[in-house]
Amino acid sequence: MEKNEKIIELVNLTRQYEDGVVAVDNVNLYVRKGEFITFLGPSGCGKTTTLRMIAGFDKPTSGKILLNGKDISELPPNKRPINTVFQRYALFPHMNVFDNIAFGLKMKRLKVTYEDENGKQFDKIEKLKKWEIAEKVEKALKMVDLEGFEKRSISTLSGGQQQRVAIARAIINEPQILLLDEPLGALDLKMRKDMQLELKALHDNIGITFIYVTHDQEEALTMSDTIVVMKDGVIQQIGTPTDIYNEPKNSFVADFIGESNIFSGTMTGDKKVRFIGHTFDCVDDFPKNEKVDVVVRPEDVFLMDEDKGQVKGVITSSIFKGVHYEMVMTVGKTEVVIQNTVERKVGEKVSIYIRPDDIHIMEKEFSSNKYDGYITKKNTVCFADGEFDCDVTQLYPGSFVDEEGYLITPDGDKIDLTDVDVSVEVGLKDIEISDDADAGGAVGNIVSMIYKGDHYQLIVRTDENEEDFVFDTEDTWNENDRVSVIIPKEKIKLTLKKEIKR
Amino acid sequence: MTSSCKTVKREEFKNDDFRPAKISFSRKYLSVPYGLFLILFVVLPFLLILYYAFTSKTGNFSFENFVDFFSNPTSVSTLFISFIIAIITTGLCILIGYPVAYILSKMKAKKGFILLLLFIMPMWINFVLRAMAMKEVMTLLGIFAKSDAYNFINTVIGMVYDFLPFMILPLYSILIKQDKSLIEASYDLGATKAQTFRKVVLPLSLPGIVSGSTMVFLPSMSAYVISDTFGNGKITIIGKLIEEQFGTGANWNAGSAIAIILLIIMFACTFLCGGFNEESNARGTNI
Repeated sequence: MEKNEKIIELVNLTRQYEDGVVAVDNVNLYVRKGEFITFLGPSGCGKTTTLRMIAGFDKPTSGKILLNGKDISELPPNKRPINTVFQRYALFPHMNVFDNIAFGLKMKRLKVTYEDENGKQFDKIEKLKKWEIAEKVEKALKMVDLEGFEKRSISTLSGGQQQRVAIARAIINEPQILLLDEPLGALDLKMRKDMQLELKALHDNIGITFIYVTHDQEEALTMSDTIVVMKDGVIQQIGTPTDIYNEPKNSFVADFIGESNIFSGTMTGDKKVRFIGHTFDCVDDFPKNEKVDVVVRPEDVFLMDEDKGQVKGVITSSIFKGVHYEMVMTVGKTEVVIQNTVERKVGEKVSIYIRPDDIHIMEKEFSSNKYDGYITKKNTVCFADGEFDCDVTQLYPGSFVDEEGYLITPDGDKIDLTDVDVSVEVGLKDIEISDDADAGGAVGNIVSMIYKGDHYQLIVRTDENEEDFVFDTEDTWNENDRVSVIIPKEKIKLTLKKEIKR
Repeated sequence: MTSSCKTVKREEFKNDDFRPAKISFSRKYLSVPYGLFLILFVVLPFLLILYYAFTSKTGNFSFENFVDFFSNPTSVSTLFISFIIAIITTGLCILIGYPVAYILSKMKAKKGFILLLLFIMPMWINFVLRAMAMKEVMTLLGIFAKSDAYNFINTVIGMVYDFLPFMILPLYSILIKQDKSLIEASYDLGATKAQTFRKVVLPLSLPGIVSGSTMVFLPSMSAYVISDTFGNGKITIIGKLIEEQFGTGANWNAGSAIAIILLIIMFACTFLCGGFNEESNARGTNI
């Protein structure tokens, strides 16, 4: 009942920096009281900016932050009942452990109402009593297992101990919300695992709402009640760890959370999907013939003897990972990653079986690239920060271009196409890229590369207007490679935006 | 090399000749010129000063130079005045320099740096020239008080003007390095801007105040060019006393003794500040 109360709500929250970069793009979200919510995403996805806006260090460009229904976006950080555990702890180096933890309490002012002998009431602003502070610090230290550390200087503490001091310093103020900005990033693996469990236990004990920021998917899955997956300032999916893991909404989430096989598939009928050369039964319903992304977790792929499974293949790699072996089975050109406790040797012929429940089907993010462009004097087309050769005759079936560059329609009309606006469509398989900046019509950087079983899906983003070219390739490239985009003339589909006056 | 040549094998070539070089030249020889320089221009002169300070005019060992200095009320009062001037100068430099350095450190990198350059540029001009120019400018503006009653104040103004950059620079460099997340943490824990300054920014910039103060306090005890220029020749500081003994007084023994006294004061100050400095540094550089 109380759990359903919204403690904080982000409404159309946007943060744009002076250089035009939108760090947080129209985010809508609410957090329930007492929840452990995690913002998860790669660096630069806007999770820390969102957290800083909740803390008050950063102001939103537009949108609102509601705390218990009241807008706090203009409130300075020291007026918000919210405390932060910083990424590098940000402990005060000139104070000892006690003074660090007591800092917030020493800043606190109480309004105490007294009554004089005439029965008249009056208010007095008072600091907290010394013994009150000492008592609370002792309690907070006990909570983080650092009893007896009061007099220690910060520089003599280990990373894990500093971490605990930072947590004690924040929770001693009894905030309504505790913000944690990648607090375990600086700790070693073992320490991190211990702290994850301790933080979770602490959350259960004190019942404060935790908002946690991390790029570590395992951390998010371990601790959170709710995970918010972000990318490029936009929320991709909100859900419980189980939901996010088992039912990723798109291939980005699937790729980011855990290991996954992502295949391109086609719906072949009612709850039937075809990929890696086999038609599988599945539980998701999509229209027939629709191109879809199929996600299968490596641990959901069952390995069997050659003739028993659905698809046959050969093991091409096997790596021991402690609890299980991670093996790759190759079917034709497609690779399937499999996790299993029983090893199959490289070269062994096997087959796999995937249960319908374990086949997750999601809409393909892109079926083709669409742009707005215009025709130039030379009858080329400009779009997405580039200029490409194209076949303008497709705009009017049966037309041709004369020597002067005018388009002659079958009716004999002469059309000047210069500056005519067109819609441009390019298929995912029709784009090539090259290292040579002059080879293609547009230049950009590879911003994303997702492996989809037998090919990569790449996104090349141009500098000027940040236009994306999404396409499939079998070649391996690196993220941030600078490439030029080549599109064969005949693959550029043009349509007129409106009829031209002749 | 010709095109008819065929590559048979290509492999990485590794020089496995580890014999020591024929002429062994140790790096420590590089320090010889520096050592010579130190002996010639620092150690020897210092020993000479020591010798003169502890000998009488006749060349016998004695403490009479020191006894003379402390039994002479004029020289003791000069020492006192020097002290007062140095303290006031340092205080004023902190009061003026701190806000300047603070504002500069808060500015955008480029703008702040250019302004800082403007503040420290006078340091590149000869300080005698600078003092004279400042006096002329003050006279021109009509704010240079000719009356003898203002000699002391004029001297302090001159000193502050001259040594301010030496205060701003160390303060600026420590403020610009200050971890912004500490300030955010302070706000986050409920501190107001004023409280954050008092409890976090100021204590963490103490090393800067200390090193700035050392750079202002000690020189302003001996910069007699400034007291001469601004004090109408009526303000004598301890540096002036030394100059007089070596110059017109022609009493090298007495001059050396004063130099040693000044040296001891400077050592004492540096030691006091330095001890403090080291400690706050150790606490200031954690994580």
